[in-house]
Amino acid sequence: MGKYQVEKSIAEINEKIKSGKAVVVTAEEMVKIVKSEGEVKAAKKVDVVTTGTFGPMCSSGAIFNFGHSTPKIKASKVLMNDVPAYAGLAAVDVFLGVAESTFDDPLNKIYPGKFSYGGGHVIEDLVAGKEIELVTEAYGTDCYPHKGFKKSMRLEDFPYAMLTNPRNAYQNYNVGVNLGDKTIYTYMGVLRPKLQNANYSSAGVLAPLFNDPYFKTIGLGTRIFLGGGVGYVTWYGTQHNPKPVRGDKGVPSVPAGTLSVMGELKGMSPKYLVGLSLLGYGCSMAVGLGIPIPILNEEMAHHTSIADEEIIAQIVDYSEDYPQATGKVLGTTNYAALKSGTIVLDGKEIQTVPLSSFVKAREIAELLKGWIEKGDFLLTESQVLLPSEK
Amino acid sequence: MKKKIVLHFSKAIWDKPIIYRLIKKFDLVVNIQKANVLPKQESFMVLELDGDNGVITKGLDFLIECGVRIDPIEQRIKRDEDRCTHCGACTAICPTGSLYIKDRSTMEVVFDSQLCSGCELCVPVCPPHAMEIHIY
Repeated sequence: MGKYQVEKSIAEINEKIKSGKAVVVTAEEMVKIVKSEGEVKAAKKVDVVTTGTFGPMCSSGAIFNFGHSTPKIKASKVLMNDVPAYAGLAAVDVFLGVAESTFDDPLNKIYPGKFSYGGGHVIEDLVAGKEIELVTEAYGTDCYPHKGFKKSMRLEDFPYAMLTNPRNAYQNYNVGVNLGDKTIYTYMGVLRPKLQNANYSSAGVLAPLFNDPYFKTIGLGTRIFLGGGVGYVTWYGTQHNPKPVRGDKGVPSVPAGTLSVMGELKGMSPKYLVGLSLLGYGCSMAVGLGIPIPILNEEMAHHTSIADEEIIAQIVDYSEDYPQATGKVLGTTNYAALKSGTIVLDGKEIQTVPLSSFVKAREIAELLKGWIEKGDFLLTESQVLLPSEK
Repeated sequence: MKKKIVLHFSKAIWDKPIIYRLIKKFDLVVNIQKANVLPKQESFMVLELDGDNGVITKGLDFLIECGVRIDPIEQRIKRDEDRCTHCGACTAICPTGSLYIKDRSTMEVVFDSQLCSGCELCVPVCPPHAMEIHIY
């Protein structure tokens, strides 16, 4: 007998998925199952737990190859619907970041800036089937003499379009408040003065990385729901912290693990890739992401049973402490309290405001569950696990 | 009952004391929530009327007789349901509580246009640009 009372392999789970016998539940449903039946029984019964999250993920973008012109070109400056794309790659390859605004955006010169259109909007327009304008400029070489062109393109016209996000699915995040005496405009939304609102951004119980806090199943090659289509975990993301302060069930109580992901843009949906304008801050994109967690043993049943009230988040002041990097934390709360509508800090009741859509997170977990139940989505075995420490 | 409307005043009637007469004649409780009334310009006002249903109807007829064009507020303030992601960012700034999360289990963001004053604060704050306010 092994270490666990229940032992399943991903290959066995995939066989069950193929024969339509796999038991798939969402991370919300798993909380109740483990509570009533215990971890071992739950692990025997459930094969896959689906998760989901949908929120602004600024470290996102797409790599495009826009194909050659005649004569050929080595583009050095590229605009997509007036949004600059990074062209310091091969001749007709660019990277478009979602936080990039149009080249002539007034930014915060008229404060707070509106940031009406940016890279995320271009990506959304493309997956929505809209035409975008590509403008290229080049200095000309012997092999690539063309000096530039302007062209309308739809997603299907790009030979290669890959959503390539260097940091998604943050495992926990700060709750932002404002101790100052004027309204501030942050990536955590509008924070009104003197603790009038507390903004948070996590799907809590449904968030992928709360359900596998030590990255026991999620790693290089894990197949995921990404932007309404299929994607893969390619490695850990930027700012990944493998050894955070942890609370119940190993869940970090500070911003911790992150994922780097990619997936074919063709096949994604504007319902799950939405261009955003964050007033006074900049452009971004809401990314819908869901990860299936295989219940290989009772330990994974234990981790996926995490509930909102067990997940701690720290409250941070964004008027002074965060921008000045003082490291000060005003207090802690949990996601059950955050979702209730108010939290209490130093005796003061504060309105809570979500920035990540729980409605969409639930939709994603349900969609992914449906795909797996129908046998349309098989699990992959992670080839290399991501760094994580107790 | 309460009724919220948007009044449009043409250049010809911008300077007439219409609201005064509305209050005096019909004894309605009138609450001006937003107004832009300027000399010889197309002007508007967001008004909440409180009173007996029949009296409100008569008051509205009076306004139309005075040459005021009336729109129900829900025609002028809309949420694009396809663009709204139910993130909740708008609930931080909505001063009248017309954008709020009613059911804490679904976490859906509700928009009640009858509570809206047309302040437009939500328009630039809504990250996916779902709020459309056309009061002018």
